[in-house]
Amino acid sequence: MSATQLNPAAAASPLISRQWLSDYSMPLAYLVLFAVLSATVDNFFSVTNVVGLMLSVAQIGMVACTMMFCLASRDFDLSVGSTIAFAGVLGAIVLEQSGSVTIAVAAGLGAGALIGALNGVLIAYLRVNALIATLATMLMVRGLAFIVSKGQAVGINDDNFIDFGDTRLFGMPLPVLVAGACFIVFGILLNQTVFGRNTLAIGGNPEAARLAGVRVERLRVWIFLLQGLITAMAGLILASRITSGQPNAAQGFELDVISACVLGGVSLQGGKARIFGVLIGVLIMGTVENVMNLLDVDAFYQYLMRGLILLVAVLLDQLKTRGERR
Amino acid sequence: MAAYLEFDQVCKFFPGVKALNGVSFAAHAGQVHGLLGENGAGKSTLLKILGGQYKPDGGRLLVDGTERHFTSAKDAIRAGVAIIHQELQYVPELTVAENVLLGRMPTRFGFLDKARAHRLVAEKLTAIGVDLSPSARLADLSIAQRQMVEICKAIMQDAQVIAFDEPTSSLSHRETDILFRLVKELRADGRTLIYISHRLEELYELCDACTIFRDGRKIITHEVMADVPRDRLISDMVGRELSDIYDYRERPHTEARLQVQGLNGKHVKGPQSFAVHGGEVLGFFGLVGAGRSELMRLLYNADARTAGTVLLDGVPVATGGPADAIAAGIVLCPEDRKEQGILATASVAENINISVRRNDLRGGVFLRHKREAALADEFIARLRIKTPNRQQEIRLLSGGNQQKVILARWLAEPGLKVLILDEPTRGIDVGAKNDIYRIIHEVAERGGCVIVVSSELPEVLGISDRVIVMREGAICGELPRAAANETTVLRLALPDGATSASPAPVTAHGASIAAMPTYTETPAQPTRSIA
Repeated sequence: MSATQLNPAAAASPLISRQWLSDYSMPLAYLVLFAVLSATVDNFFSVTNVVGLMLSVAQIGMVACTMMFCLASRDFDLSVGSTIAFAGVLGAIVLEQSGSVTIAVAAGLGAGALIGALNGVLIAYLRVNALIATLATMLMVRGLAFIVSKGQAVGINDDNFIDFGDTRLFGMPLPVLVAGACFIVFGILLNQTVFGRNTLAIGGNPEAARLAGVRVERLRVWIFLLQGLITAMAGLILASRITSGQPNAAQGFELDVISACVLGGVSLQGGKARIFGVLIGVLIMGTVENVMNLLDVDAFYQYLMRGLILLVAVLLDQLKTRGERR
Repeated sequence: MAAYLEFDQVCKFFPGVKALNGVSFAAHAGQVHGLLGENGAGKSTLLKILGGQYKPDGGRLLVDGTERHFTSAKDAIRAGVAIIHQELQYVPELTVAENVLLGRMPTRFGFLDKARAHRLVAEKLTAIGVDLSPSARLADLSIAQRQMVEICKAIMQDAQVIAFDEPTSSLSHRETDILFRLVKELRADGRTLIYISHRLEELYELCDACTIFRDGRKIITHEVMADVPRDRLISDMVGRELSDIYDYRERPHTEARLQVQGLNGKHVKGPQSFAVHGGEVLGFFGLVGAGRSELMRLLYNADARTAGTVLLDGVPVATGGPADAIAAGIVLCPEDRKEQGILATASVAENINISVRRNDLRGGVFLRHKREAALADEFIARLRIKTPNRQQEIRLLSGGNQQKVILARWLAEPGLKVLILDEPTRGIDVGAKNDIYRIIHEVAERGGCVIVVSSELPEVLGISDRVIVMREGAICGELPRAAANETTVLRLALPDGATSASPAPVTAHGASIAAMPTYTETPAQPTRSIA
């Protein structure tokens, strides 16, 4: 606090590096984490393990892409976990009845899009608080998953469907490639299109965005519809991997996805999002879980760790923004 | 007499901006010291350093001869410095007493001693002559009363330095008088008072000395404010002589382009109709709450209408939201710039391009980053927007420059036909005002329609070809430029029966710096006809 000694040039230069640090702190932290773990944890740094790690977060990755849009527009979606389960169950049942993979996938995706659109209409046009609206749909959709499956797992026997979760291309499991494609497509959507820019605009200030000509309500519905669609896709992929539709699958999934986004620097106040940050957030989640499994950490402690990491990430973000204000 | 408060070579830098560049001045106990300057001149930054919100990057701050390094607002309060902010800081759900003693409530056996708190605060309120109950909730008080609570709090904390940041900006005439009386009492009490305002009249009435800022530097300190002529203050603030800031010129008008027919909705009383001609600047005047902004929002599809149509060049405008109005060529610069105009955390370039980019997408889908950057740079240069670069977050710009960015957003629209400005120069300095008036006339000269809603009567009279007056939610009269002057417009705007009363509520404290050159140029004319 020795204000007198500081000369202006010396005061100006740390600001640049601080900006740089705040932009790249998360990727750097991840690189350090990865290097340390590779050196210290047995079996961590191997192709099999790293591919397994990515596979374990493939679903979270896909849904985090659309959740990023949701959060960036200052909204929230708690219903994704239920949608995953419902889409998987519905896909399995339709597959059983019709025998057609195409119809099963279409049914699952259609249901997801419908759930998303319902969320969007509730929030954008009927002005229900996003937290409450998606909490309600979360419960309802989970209920539907149990109702249509009569509370039982629905087995899948169709090899074409099961293959999807199993197939590898260039050594990568298909779900990981799909998640990668999601990051590319939604990255482009965020940075290169009006859709992405307007999403950030309504997150930053919905009224100003509306007066600047953004059709806010319509955009909100589209954001949620996309979220439902991608979530249903993730649900179908999960069903294919576990060869059944499980009505109680993916409980707490929504919190993992939101955690990953927040770790990736998406502001809950809306208006700020980076696709690369979300990717890092997803990888951090996966890595920590993977390492705890490798080290055989008790599942109870895993919850504790995941909560702690989320808290630390948010606190770091707070410190960063406070630094900017000073 | 030694100075009680002293700034010595104080500097504060932000990325790309020298907010304060070696500022020195001294304020004495028992005096009101005015700070003058355009927006962005550095007054607010100075106040934030004084209040402990910012850490200076250089220089010394001395209070009562002791050098101080504030790291938080608490430090400042402990050193006897209180800031009465423009946006007051209080807890609306708590009572007057609880707000005044916030964090320092007296206790008894570990429980709050409300009786003692009320007695303490009631005594202090009576002492400063403010008639308020200590048990009233802040949420139920007027803005002026809340301000009194804030001042009472400062006195309770035994603040010897009290700084006011534009305290009268949302006060009525009578409330202003009460505030002035209180400020004068505090001065008589021997405290050191800092007073920031854009209204010269007030500064002349209150201040003993004043310091003028421009571009982060101190220009001059006048130890005896009363001796300084008004023109001198203004030219020091602006850095150049200002003749006629309104820049009005006669223009030919074409046929009526915008026709508003029977528009009705919430906050508007009955169907309203009017028309605007091509090349015309139409002023909308009325007292606060007369329904001007509400009518404009109906016209812009920002609020739902219950009846009426809007025709532009004879074609009805679709009603599905502002986006439809924009598509037709009608645009609005809203009244509340911060809440409704700017996308605060987005860049200047983003704020300019947000609407117009829809016309120019690669393959109808992808953004053209280079063209957007070029467009932003073009408008930054053309409208003289002061920003380090187009990437700067718009919230870091001064009010006038933010307004210019919003204007750039709309001027970039190739199909711009009707430009609606709601309070376009509120909280904006003289130089930027002049730039904005120039833009308004440019749009009109190219055959566009311009509607200017303003509470500044001199501004409405200065730039309009025609004035429409609203009162209590309805259009109540219309005056061509030749017939519009302060008397005729106010007679329409004031409620019935108040016509004979003095027009002081609007002129004396409502008129700001913008009006001053006109006052000084036409001293012989009691009512300023602009014909």
